[in-house]
Amino acid sequence: MGQDQSIFSNGSKYLIGVLFGLGLMISGMTNPAKILAFLDLAGNWDPSLIFVMGGAVLIGSVAFYLAKKRTQSFLGGAMHIPTRRDIDRPLVVGSAMFGLGWGLAGFCPGPALVSLGSGEMKALVFVIAMVAGMWLFEQTQKKSV
Amino acid sequence: MMIDWTSFAPGPASAGGIILGIAAALYVLINGSILGVSGILGGLIGPNRTDWLRRASFVLGLLTTPLWGKYLFQMRTTAVIDADYLTLFIAGLLVGFGARYGSGCTSGHGICGLSRLSPRSLLATLTFMCCGFLVVFLIRHWI
Repeated sequence: MGQDQSIFSNGSKYLIGVLFGLGLMISGMTNPAKILAFLDLAGNWDPSLIFVMGGAVLIGSVAFYLAKKRTQSFLGGAMHIPTRRDIDRPLVVGSAMFGLGWGLAGFCPGPALVSLGSGEMKALVFVIAMVAGMWLFEQTQKKSV
Repeated sequence: MMIDWTSFAPGPASAGGIILGIAAALYVLINGSILGVSGILGGLIGPNRTDWLRRASFVLGLLTTPLWGKYLFQMRTTAVIDADYLTLFIAGLLVGFGARYGSGCTSGHGICGLSRLSPRSLLATLTFMCCGFLVVFLIRHWI
C-alpha cells in the first residue's frame, strides 16, 4: 500500500471512529444506566438497545451483502471477513465472561472509550482494567503456542 | 415486565443505530475488515502488532468523539455510572479478557456478526445478553 493510501486509510479509520462514537452518543449507549435499564428485564425495562441494534443491523446487512461480493476493499486491500462457522468453548466462555462484566458495569468497549474521552474517571478505571484483561488474554495465547 | 416510557427513546436509539450501521458499513467497504472495537483495541497490545497506526487511528476517533460532539453539535455525554470502582475494575477485566477470548464484543459480534448472519456471532450475542440479564437480575432483584 502506497504512502497516499496509507494516509487515506488512517484518516478514514479516525473518521469512522468518530462516526461510530457519535452513533453511540446519539443512541444513548454511552450511558451505562441506559444499558443496565435494558438488561433489567424484571425492573423498569428500557428496550432502546433493541432499536439501536435493529438500526445498525439494518444498514449492516446491506453492507455485508455487498462486501461479501467484493474481492477488494475500496482502498484496494484484501477483504478480511471471517469465515469460521464452528462453535467452540472459547466463544461461549469468553462471551459469557463478557456478558457478566457488561452487566456489572453497563460498559462495553466502544462506549467505555467514548466516556473516557469525555473525562469520566470511572470510565478510566474500567478502560485500564479492560486493557489489562486484554493483555492477560495475550499472555495466555503466548503460552499455548 | 414494565416498560420505562420516560427513558425509552426509540427515535434517537434507531437514529444512533443507523449511524453505527453506516460506520460499520464504511469500515468493511473501505478497509475490508470488521468493525469490532475489542479486536481493534486488543490488536494494539498483541504480540503481532499489525496495522498499529490504523488501529490507533480508530481508537483515537472514539476517544475524541466527545470533543467533536461538543464543539460541532453541542452534544453532551450523559453517563450515569452507579458501579463503584472495585466493581468497575472487575467488570473491566471480564469485558477485556472475555471479548478477546470470545473473539468479539457488542460491535464485532453484535452489530457486524448479526449483519452478516454469522452463527458464531449469533451464539456469542445470545450468550452475553443472557449473562447480562442474569447478572443484573441477581444484583437488583436477588441480593
